[in-house]
Amino acid sequence: MEEQLLQLLFTGLTLGSIYSIIALTLVTTFNVTGILNLAQGEFVVIGALSAVSLQGTGMPMMAIFIVSVILVAILGGLLERLTIYRARGASSLSMLIITIGLSISLRGLALLIWGTETYSLPAFSKGGSLTLGGATLNPQSIWIFALVAVTLASLYGFFEHTFWGKAVKASVYNPTGARLQGINLNTISFLAFVGAGGLGAAAGVSIGPITMVTYDMGFMLGVKGFVAATIGGLSNVGGAVIGGILLGLLESFSSGLISSGLKDAISMIILLGVLLIRPDGIIGAIRERKI
Amino acid sequence: MKKMTNGLKGKLWLALLLVLSLLISACSPSKETVVKTTTGNEPYKVGAVLDISGNSSSLGVPERDTLLMMVEKLNANGGVKGHPIELTIMDNKSDETESVLAVKTLIEKDVLAILGASSSGTSMAMIKTVQSEKVPMISLAAASTIVEPTGERQWVFKTAQSDIVMINKIISYLKKNNLNKVAFLYMNNSYGDNGKKALSAAVKDSGITIVAEEKFDANDKDMTAQLTKVKTSGAQVAIVWAIPPSASILTKNFKDVGLSIPLIHSHGVGNQKFIELAQGAADGAILPIGKFSVAQQISDNDPQKKVLGSYSVDYSKKYNAEPNSFGGYAWDAFNLLVNALEKAGPDRVAIRGELEKTQGFIGISGVFNMSPQDHNGLKEDSAVLVKVEQGKWKLIE
Repeated sequence: MEEQLLQLLFTGLTLGSIYSIIALTLVTTFNVTGILNLAQGEFVVIGALSAVSLQGTGMPMMAIFIVSVILVAILGGLLERLTIYRARGASSLSMLIITIGLSISLRGLALLIWGTETYSLPAFSKGGSLTLGGATLNPQSIWIFALVAVTLASLYGFFEHTFWGKAVKASVYNPTGARLQGINLNTISFLAFVGAGGLGAAAGVSIGPITMVTYDMGFMLGVKGFVAATIGGLSNVGGAVIGGILLGLLESFSSGLISSGLKDAISMIILLGVLLIRPDGIIGAIRERKI
Repeated sequence: MKKMTNGLKGKLWLALLLVLSLLISACSPSKETVVKTTTGNEPYKVGAVLDISGNSSSLGVPERDTLLMMVEKLNANGGVKGHPIELTIMDNKSDETESVLAVKTLIEKDVLAILGASSSGTSMAMIKTVQSEKVPMISLAAASTIVEPTGERQWVFKTAQSDIVMINKIISYLKKNNLNKVAFLYMNNSYGDNGKKALSAAVKDSGITIVAEEKFDANDKDMTAQLTKVKTSGAQVAIVWAIPPSASILTKNFKDVGLSIPLIHSHGVGNQKFIELAQGAADGAILPIGKFSVAQQISDNDPQKKVLGSYSVDYSKKYNAEPNSFGGYAWDAFNLLVNALEKAGPDRVAIRGELEKTQGFIGISGVFNMSPQDHNGLKEDSAVLVKVEQGKWKLIE
């Protein structure tokens, strides 16, 4: 029984870290631009699929990782210039619809380029799974945990210790004031999407070895990331990570202990519960957008 | 952050974008491929609904390619008694609703018969429409409930071996090896459910007990939780009813959690993709499958040997890729239909009648002997048990 619980814990953490990393990218874009980017799942998929294609070149995994991140970061920036920037006067609802459109278009693009096949990506480190206390842990999960940790740390470092980070914060707290100080809001929105693209790709290449990659998996990942972000309060970076981990653990324990068929239902009921009882997320009441 | 000065320009762009995305989303569901020929007599219209994109695309894509290849070849050789076949292939995106829409579109086009769909769920969704419209349909999927009860399925046939045929094959393997406690893991969809029903019915009075029953979704990325339950259940063997990618992920997880009991899959994993996606973890897995995957290993006396070889050669020549048994289901369905068309002509009722009378048709999936009580026509001799060894199928009996 203990072994089983430990195994469920590991599984939950693995799933949770996947959801966390997507929630993180959603929340960061939302914080910086006020846009809920529903195309985030597609960034993840295109990152992973680019890595699949780059594998053919025989590059080492590390190089593939970096190139995919750069490619999708460029794509993110390009899309921001082509769509979000053009519509910068529009309401949040219009922005949301734009990102839905982007999501559908990107999925279509991925379908045209990579087709409907399922692809696999090699794990970052060679060797089988680790055994801890009778339960097994996939080494790739550790890489994903690491990615979450590094992302959290660098977001913190960026916002607290760099000029640009402070400029972003300023423009979120008081756009007019920031503009008067000479901070260019358009550049910040651009950077946010470059970052979302890059982070999304990093997430995609890291989770690929566990989840496999199909052109249409972005939607489900986006939904799970969104649920995780909502549980965490939608604007709280730490909350997104905790929300993701919680969702993963819930799914794992409910399918392991109650019923595997009810897994998704349970996580959706929790989402509804959170929204009804604590619409600001379980991590404290956060009224304003925070970084 | 809001600027009103650019409002108009912004709105224009927005409108353009919306129109664009609507266009894209509107185009995709009705995606269809029509193969037409301009010469000869009036063409016979045939429709196909396949799971070309989405979860079951690993089934639908080889089926589509096979159909395209065969229509081209048939029409080049003069078609059916001088009538070329005009084939319309629709993609149902592995979605049940899309499947129904596709069938209705095809029936409006006055097709004589419909091939498909690729998976059990999408096929089941089509049945009500073809039954009420009285259009012959040949499904390429496994579930026995597609053609049973026969009283309510007069118009429905299928070419893939029924799950019960495969289950019986597995049961005899279990008995031979004295494996009495079974853990059953299945996909939470129609394919998995039907596998479960067939297994529960087959184990009755056989001395075999199901000690664990676990579900997972086609989209699930990790089945460790379910396998942990299997581990503590005392099962001597695990039977999995799923298709890739989830079947591959499960196989990987199976190795990861250190389960050492035999792993038996269904014929739903009978393609190379399953082995590829499992990244080495598939070695040792056992499954019942049509003879096609081990065509080189079966005896030369086997009646199917020649057909299997020629399909394989044709397909690899055209697509530069290895065919698989799913393409074979499409091969069978198409040839059964062409045979019926030859005898019946362009008449749905007569086509149905001829399909039902099919006897001794040697196909890729087996030798078909249809009857009013059996719209599949395949028996246990159409399947063999194989084991994955170093990424290859190996005949084990």
